[in-house]
Amino acid sequence: MTIGLGHYLSVGAMLFTLGILGIFLNRKNIIVILMSIELILLAVNINLVAFSTFLGDIVGQVYALIVLTVAAAEAAIGLAVLVVYYRSRGSIEVEDVNLMKG
Amino acid sequence: MIQAIVFLPLIGAILAGLISIFGAHARNPSGDTVEHHDDAHDHGDAHASDSHDEHDDHGHDDHAVEPPAAGTRAAELITSALLLVAAGLSWFALVDVGFMHHDVRIALFPWIDSGDLQVAWSLRVDTLTAVMLVVVTTVSSLVHVYSIGYMDEDPYRPRFFAYLSLFTFAMLTLVTADNLVQMFFGWEGVGLASYLLIGFWYYKPSANAAAIKAFVVNRVGDFGFSLGIFSIFALIGSTDFETIFAGAPGLVGKTVDFFGWQADALTLTCILLFMGAMGKSAQFLLHTWLPDAMEGPTPVSALIHAATMVTAGVFMVARLSPLFELAPNAKAVVMFFGATTAFFAATIGLVQTDIKRVVAYSTCSQLGYMFVAMGAGAYSVGIFHLFTHAFFKALLFLGSGSVIYAMHHEQDMRYMGGLWRKIPYTLTVMVIGTLALTGFPLTAGYFSKDAIIEAAYASQNPFAVYGFLMTVIAAGLTSFYSWRLIFMTFFGEPHDQEHYEAAHESPLWMLVPIGVLAAGAIFAGFPFKELFAGSGVEDFFRDSVKMNPHIIEDMETIPEWIKLLPTLMMVIGAYIAYVFYIRRPYLPGDLARQQPLLYQFLLNKWYFDELYDLIFVRPAKRIGYFLWKVGDGYIIDGFGPDGVSARVLDVTRNVVRLQTGYLYHYAFAMLIGAAGLITYFMVGLGGQ
Repeated sequence: MTIGLGHYLSVGAMLFTLGILGIFLNRKNIIVILMSIELILLAVNINLVAFSTFLGDIVGQVYALIVLTVAAAEAAIGLAVLVVYYRSRGSIEVEDVNLMKG
Repeated sequence: MIQAIVFLPLIGAILAGLISIFGAHARNPSGDTVEHHDDAHDHGDAHASDSHDEHDDHGHDDHAVEPPAAGTRAAELITSALLLVAAGLSWFALVDVGFMHHDVRIALFPWIDSGDLQVAWSLRVDTLTAVMLVVVTTVSSLVHVYSIGYMDEDPYRPRFFAYLSLFTFAMLTLVTADNLVQMFFGWEGVGLASYLLIGFWYYKPSANAAAIKAFVVNRVGDFGFSLGIFSIFALIGSTDFETIFAGAPGLVGKTVDFFGWQADALTLTCILLFMGAMGKSAQFLLHTWLPDAMEGPTPVSALIHAATMVTAGVFMVARLSPLFELAPNAKAVVMFFGATTAFFAATIGLVQTDIKRVVAYSTCSQLGYMFVAMGAGAYSVGIFHLFTHAFFKALLFLGSGSVIYAMHHEQDMRYMGGLWRKIPYTLTVMVIGTLALTGFPLTAGYFSKDAIIEAAYASQNPFAVYGFLMTVIAAGLTSFYSWRLIFMTFFGEPHDQEHYEAAHESPLWMLVPIGVLAAGAIFAGFPFKELFAGSGVEDFFRDSVKMNPHIIEDMETIPEWIKLLPTLMMVIGAYIAYVFYIRRPYLPGDLARQQPLLYQFLLNKWYFDELYDLIFVRPAKRIGYFLWKVGDGYIIDGFGPDGVSARVLDVTRNVVRLQTGYLYHYAFAMLIGAAGLITYFMVGLGGQ
């Protein structure tokens, strides 16, 4: 069996779905949400690399690297916010983060 | 000169008002509300219950805790002096207009200019007006002077004098009016001043209630008056007296549609106008406010509710005599109501115990006499009685005021008695007033009142006999209650030793005006008899009133016994009063016990207040309650602005609940939104 484009895309889709569900179904921890966002970005990256290889266009892989960078920055910022939040509120439970309402 | 007469009181009112305002400001610079005496409520109750224990709560005397404002004496003197000047000028005007025949028309400035409606401010002085000017300014100036003495314990005197002068100004605009609209201005102006003065002691709930009652009852009459003005304007197209009188003969026989009823235009108009006169002059059915108006200070009662304002209705009918002369049915109505009032008010006067109320019902009754004269077409005779009545009734009121002042604001005659030893001067003038009122020969009332009875007898009015009988009977009743007042107050044994001992004669400020009025009560009749009710009428009044053409001659030719009848009734009434209250003082009580129904009927003023309460006041209250609870509370607040705002709040409250604050809800919404957007671009746009 040869591994074709479809397989790569399927893996990407699975990862994406896992990320989405991780956001929605997770009722516990904000860190899990951050990790889920990372998963979604990874799914995007797999798609980019797969298309890049099959289309013979290097730009896709370059773009994947940019996405990785952005993801790292995003994770750093997100974790920093989380730390500050934990210091001020004493909890990072998803259920407790509900101040954004009227 | 006329301008001076009319506007001097206004100047006085403004000056006194300014003093009052600045005085109030100086007394209370911060503008906070002044704590009014907590015992204020007791006053109204004291009046209602007639309880003797609260006898000294009647007046204002125990309220003089605040010092009067600076300039109070100035306000008193300014207003009184201006009025005295106006009174002097008025007598000149009377001579000038009445005898020299110099009628005056002064156009001041235009007022309303709207399409067909042209109304100007102008002063019209003919004999009728000149007589009224004399009455108004003379009585008013005397009352001003009297009030300086009577009100000397009241801290709000500048306000009082401002109101008095304002009233005088309004009354003068009323009598000098050259058109109906200007007359209506004065008409409402005196109504306002009356309201302010009845409610002058505003901390007394009874005074407030009386003021409101006077105002509301007068609105009923004014409604008719304004409808009358409208119909005159609709029929003739002008409110000017000259134009109206010129156009009136052309309206005879014309009909108008009045709620589907083809009414004779002139009759209808005159009856509507007379309705206004009934309200202002406290005629039968609209009289209920006048006795209650006695809550005001006594000088007010003398000026407004005896001499001037209540005679505005009589004046108005006399002024519009060219209309009434053309509407015999309306004259029948006038005579009917006048005669009924004359009799009915006199019967109530028989049993009242409040000294001022007796005089008030007497006023009501005498106004009925005047309207009988109006109905007979003897307008000058009615005005004659107005003229003399102003003197002796103001005298009786001011004399009563002097008694009340002497008795330390006790008004109930049952607690008086034997006062002749203490206040002989007041007794003298009260007796003079009573003689004039009852028509003792050669006093002022004798000439005018007998002339009215003769006019009623001589007229061709359908109610002539009724009017004649009622006025004759009322003459006897008048004599009875007037002497009853004198006997109960001044003779017999003192019923309240404490007050009796403290009784004292009033200060000169009060005695001098009373003396002047007493002179008027004696001498205002004879010199004017021929001018008002004899051969001089034609020459004196000329075309200021349009008399029934034959009435004066007819009055001369009536049988002799008719002329003697009122005097006979007067003697009988006085004798019965003498028997009842001097010879056999137990008789009145016995009679009241024998005839409890009649006594209660009279004591409760024919139950008119109760009747009106049942017919008008309670339904009005119920309607008001319904509109408040259902109309306003349920419908307007439920579906109107409040309802809309409540629904908006409901919506927003639900919208707010959409914002849960949970991260995953926002993320979900965002994802759905993104998915939806992408799907739209892929399927919706891409599908093209």
